[in-house]
Amino acid sequence: MKEMKILLVDDEEEFVKTLSERIEMRNVKSDVALNGEEALKIMDEDLPDVMVLDLKMPGIDGLEVLRRTKKAYPGVQIIMLTGHGSEKDEKEARRLGVFEYLQKPVEFEKLMRTIVKAYKSKFESSMVAATFAEAGEFETAKKIMDEEKE
Amino acid sequence: MNSKNLWTRLTKGLLHDSDDDNANRYLILRRNIFILMILITIIPLIIMAVIYQHEYQASLKKEIVNPLKTLANKTKHSFELFLEERLSVIRFIASSYSFEELSDQKTLNRIFKALMDEYCCLVDLGLINKKGIQLSYIGPYEFLGKNYSKQSWFQEVVVKGNYISDVFMGYRQFPHVAIAVLRRTEEGRYLILRATIDTSKFDNLIASMGLDQESDAFLINREGILQTPSRFYGKILDQYPVPFPRGNYGSIVVEEVDPQNRKMLVAYAPFTRSDYIMVLAKQRSALLKPWYTLRSEMLFTFAISVVTIILVVFKLTDTVVKRVKDADEKRELAYREIQHTHKLSSIGRLAAGVAHEINNPMAIINEKAGLMKDLVSYDDQFRKKEKFLGLTDSILQSVERCKEITHRLLGFARRMEVQLVRLDLNELIQETLGFLDKEALYRNIELRLQLTDNLPYIFSDRGQLQQVFLNILSNAFAAVEDEGQIVITSWEEDSDTVGVSIQDNGSGMSGETLKNIFDPFFTTKQKGGTGLGLAITYGIVKKMGGDIKVTSKQGEGTIFTVYLPEKAKIVPGE
Repeated sequence: MKEMKILLVDDEEEFVKTLSERIEMRNVKSDVALNGEEALKIMDEDLPDVMVLDLKMPGIDGLEVLRRTKKAYPGVQIIMLTGHGSEKDEKEARRLGVFEYLQKPVEFEKLMRTIVKAYKSKFESSMVAATFAEAGEFETAKKIMDEEKE
Repeated sequence: MNSKNLWTRLTKGLLHDSDDDNANRYLILRRNIFILMILITIIPLIIMAVIYQHEYQASLKKEIVNPLKTLANKTKHSFELFLEERLSVIRFIASSYSFEELSDQKTLNRIFKALMDEYCCLVDLGLINKKGIQLSYIGPYEFLGKNYSKQSWFQEVVVKGNYISDVFMGYRQFPHVAIAVLRRTEEGRYLILRATIDTSKFDNLIASMGLDQESDAFLINREGILQTPSRFYGKILDQYPVPFPRGNYGSIVVEEVDPQNRKMLVAYAPFTRSDYIMVLAKQRSALLKPWYTLRSEMLFTFAISVVTIILVVFKLTDTVVKRVKDADEKRELAYREIQHTHKLSSIGRLAAGVAHEINNPMAIINEKAGLMKDLVSYDDQFRKKEKFLGLTDSILQSVERCKEITHRLLGFARRMEVQLVRLDLNELIQETLGFLDKEALYRNIELRLQLTDNLPYIFSDRGQLQQVFLNILSNAFAAVEDEGQIVITSWEEDSDTVGVSIQDNGSGMSGETLKNIFDPFFTTKQKGGTGLGLAITYGIVKKMGGDIKVTSKQGEGTIFTVYLPEKAKIVPGE
């Protein structure tokens, strides 16, 4: 298993930096983006395995980032972590394929467990790609595997 | 302007009464409507009765007065005719015989005899010369040679030409009337012929009127001396005791009260050629008997009507005021419910806002404390590691507690999606009780189920209903002492409603608590109560289109009753 890379997206700098520091202390690489634009830019340069995404942000908000990411890089697992989640937002996020929807404040251990779970499911998705390939759906399989390499 | 103001004030005063407290308000309203209705119904009735009475009395009187007058006039005419007849025959004799013939006793006697044959009632006849000396006389008295020149009747006859006397008691104490005529002969001599008439004929004339027992007819002269006997007022020549109109007039009818205190209607008809007045008196009570009958009938009808009106108005007022009261109460209740719903939703929004805002700083605290913990636990040289880790754990625990609170607040505000499923309420209740079994066992609380078999299935949200019953049951558990009792009953309220009641024999609530029981953040629990449980319960039941009621008596216990429609009618949130 290659090294896990995490992208944390939140406009609350104090929160996101501290969280990043704690994750790094556990020998997991984690990048920080303070808004939607930054997150999308980082993704274009260095694709993460798991993204922890806030919902309400100035500019491009969490749902929009989620939408674009799922379109451009469907292999990235996304965990929503928000203090504002309404029922409607949660429904929409789940529809768009979010891995998990968590409420702030969240227990650190729980978050880490979820991240690991998401990461593992990403590898399950490579198994899925293999299945696609076996079935002759090479295009889909290749796409999934391409994301994997990056 | 003024009258308009007055009217406004009057109606305002009668129909509105802003300043009084509630209990009094309805009493006053009832009283005012009652008075108003009584006034507007009874006043016209009274006016009508008075007018009718007046009109009837007037027409009745006319009907009575006119015949009375006519009868008096007719009788008067009979009298006048009678007297005129006597007078004219005397006048005829005076003019057809010469002075010499009349002064001769024999001739006069012959004439007298002839007159007696033709005309009744003649008592005597005599000739008097201009000096007032009786020259001849036929009759029971010895009047020959008597001088009348000093008597008033003689002077009157000389002046007027004829004379009819008042009635006087003459021969053998019979009432008489004297009549006399004056004639001037061709030779220029004056002769006066005088006759006396027995008035017994008068009685016949009066008898011919055919009067009843309550009537009286008689003659009086201008001085009020009775000229014929009266049934009520005495013998002949007595004074008529009732004041009567004097002077010249035609015939009139007056109302009088006689000395015996009888109310009389009296007709006076004065004679034209003599000083008599025909009097016809009738007792009013007899005349007005039909009137009195009618009046008592009318009074009776009036009284019955008034009593009926009062009864009807009373009943009507009662109904109206009751309706008004009901409507007021309903409006008040509806208003309170709306107010409550508003309060709930605005508090919900506020709570959600607060919870959201707090979540972010709480997350920062959480991570900062977590980082501190991490740093300390990774650092082996840290001297007060244990103490420090304890502190950070304490912070993290507090954050956890805060999180629970904000999540509950959000849960309260959140309109969870309702999932309608077909469910058996009895089963749901038993399922819910499963959560509390242990506590019941531990505290030895008796849970008695009185569930109606074959309760119709309802379509509702299982999870939310479970929360409803759980909340109510938790309160019941909190209210009862150990070894207390909780009775849960279910029944079919009507064709599309089922009811569930949860009754405990716990401490009960005061009226003040009862009033606020469904308000958010209202709690009586010493610690640990968020004051949201029953507010959420209320919200859910209302959302399902149901209703929740609570009755409580301090020291006796509380009953919560939940009504649920068989098919939940979802009331949309905001």
